[in-house]
Amino acid sequence: MLRLRNLTCGYGRTPVVHGVDLEVGADEVVAVMGHNGAGKTTLLRAVVGLIPVMSGSIELDGEAVNRRPANKRVKAGMAYVPQGQQCFAHLTAGENLRLVADGRKSGKALIDAQLDLFPALRPLLGRQAGLLSGGQRQQLAIARALITEPRLLILDEPTEGIQPNVVAEIESTIVDLAGRGGLSVLLVEQHLGFALQAASRFAVLRSGRVASTGGTGAGAVERVREAMAI
Amino acid sequence: MDLLVGQLFTGLSTGSILLLAALGLSLTFGQMGVINMAHGEFIMAGCYTAYVTQQVVGDAGVSLLIALPVGFLVGGAMGLVLEWLLVRHLYQRPLDTLLVTFGVGLVLQQVARDVFGAPAVNVTVPEFLRGGVDLLGTAVPKTRLFILALAVVAVTVVALVLRFTAAGRRIRAVVGNRDLAETAGISSRAVDAGTFFIGSGLAGVAGVALTLIGSTSPTTGQSYLVDAFLVVVAGGMGRIKGAVVAAVALGTFQAVFETYSTASLAKVGVFVVIVVFLQLRPQGLFTLRTRSLA
Repeated sequence: MLRLRNLTCGYGRTPVVHGVDLEVGADEVVAVMGHNGAGKTTLLRAVVGLIPVMSGSIELDGEAVNRRPANKRVKAGMAYVPQGQQCFAHLTAGENLRLVADGRKSGKALIDAQLDLFPALRPLLGRQAGLLSGGQRQQLAIARALITEPRLLILDEPTEGIQPNVVAEIESTIVDLAGRGGLSVLLVEQHLGFALQAASRFAVLRSGRVASTGGTGAGAVERVREAMAI
Repeated sequence: MDLLVGQLFTGLSTGSILLLAALGLSLTFGQMGVINMAHGEFIMAGCYTAYVTQQVVGDAGVSLLIALPVGFLVGGAMGLVLEWLLVRHLYQRPLDTLLVTFGVGLVLQQVARDVFGAPAVNVTVPEFLRGGVDLLGTAVPKTRLFILALAVVAVTVVALVLRFTAAGRRIRAVVGNRDLAETAGISSRAVDAGTFFIGSGLAGVAGVALTLIGSTSPTTGQSYLVDAFLVVVAGGMGRIKGAVVAAVALGTFQAVFETYSTASLAKVGVFVVIVVFLQLRPQGLFTLRTRSLA
């Protein structure tokens, strides 16, 4: 599905991520962890096309997508939920969803499917998205990403800064989505318990380099803690 | 009472002219943040489009109706070329954009001088727009009412397009958060080009309308540029309803000041009012309320 080979990327001429190799297989959930400033978000921004690749390659289903603009990568099957519950603040919640559904044959059905997934959004469709709570905005952001019918969902700290009861709801939705099949997930998450529960493999980034990788079975917590030097 | 009504109509009329000139700018500057100093020259291009169309068609009424959409296309095409050649390389660099588009404006003025000559040219007002209409005891020229109606139609269409169409949603999304729009599958390049086309096209329409109340010269657009920027800034960046209120308010201020002084002093008075207003409310009349920065 997704393969990063020796990927180096950063801002301007300054590399932040150095020579990262990472794979996400079909229907697989891979968690990327690391401290603040480890390069997790930078890595994701390069994968989705928001910053250029300095060297190495990003392959989606065996095809290099390095030079494709971000919007073309969405059409190729990538969907991105950025950090910070980002939404189009001055559009209504409904418009946030319609914006992505516009032009799709089954646009309305896709919106309905996401509203079934996040029923709390249904009564909020007419409200300006910037006035929603953090948890509501995050649900909206995930719903918006899912409307693009992705094969690879890329989530950047989906539970960060959200009240605990909504965190549990979002976590269970992501685990449920991943379990349905047909969707691979690349998850950046600081919350160790959730990341290791949702993912089958993990990678820990430290100073922009992969410090540790492995399966999320027995002993994973210790290996992650050791790699993160917690 | 008659004086007051007369001033209000004059203010509304001046406001509608300002609004027409500023509406395109509220898209390219208000929504996209591009300081396009060549916007006045797109208005000028609309004026000359009306002139050329009348020379070709002959009949003043028919040529006006033809010139309005053609002016939109001419202004839009010029904007599209400017955006593609220069502006797209300068997003996030407002000062560079200002200088470059100012230069482009000067070039366009010279081109107009070379093609049409330095002296002003006139467009014949159609028969059905000659004379005036008596409204509450005040004689209002039909040309002014036509421009007022055109401004209302243009604002309504732009507002409806932005609010209810897929294209409008895409424009608002790209304006709100470019990166997020890209990762939602929206080509921000295509949206930028489309928005610039519409904004510049509206300048062309404004130009066609302005030939009904004045002559056309290579510097015609320049006289409206500063006012248009004032309307957009005072109304609140990117807020169409703000532009409407600001245009009518500025028009009324100007009309009232002119009653008791000269046109030049009235202009100074309007500038003073705006400077004081922006000191008190730098964000303009209308702003967006959000809990997040996105």
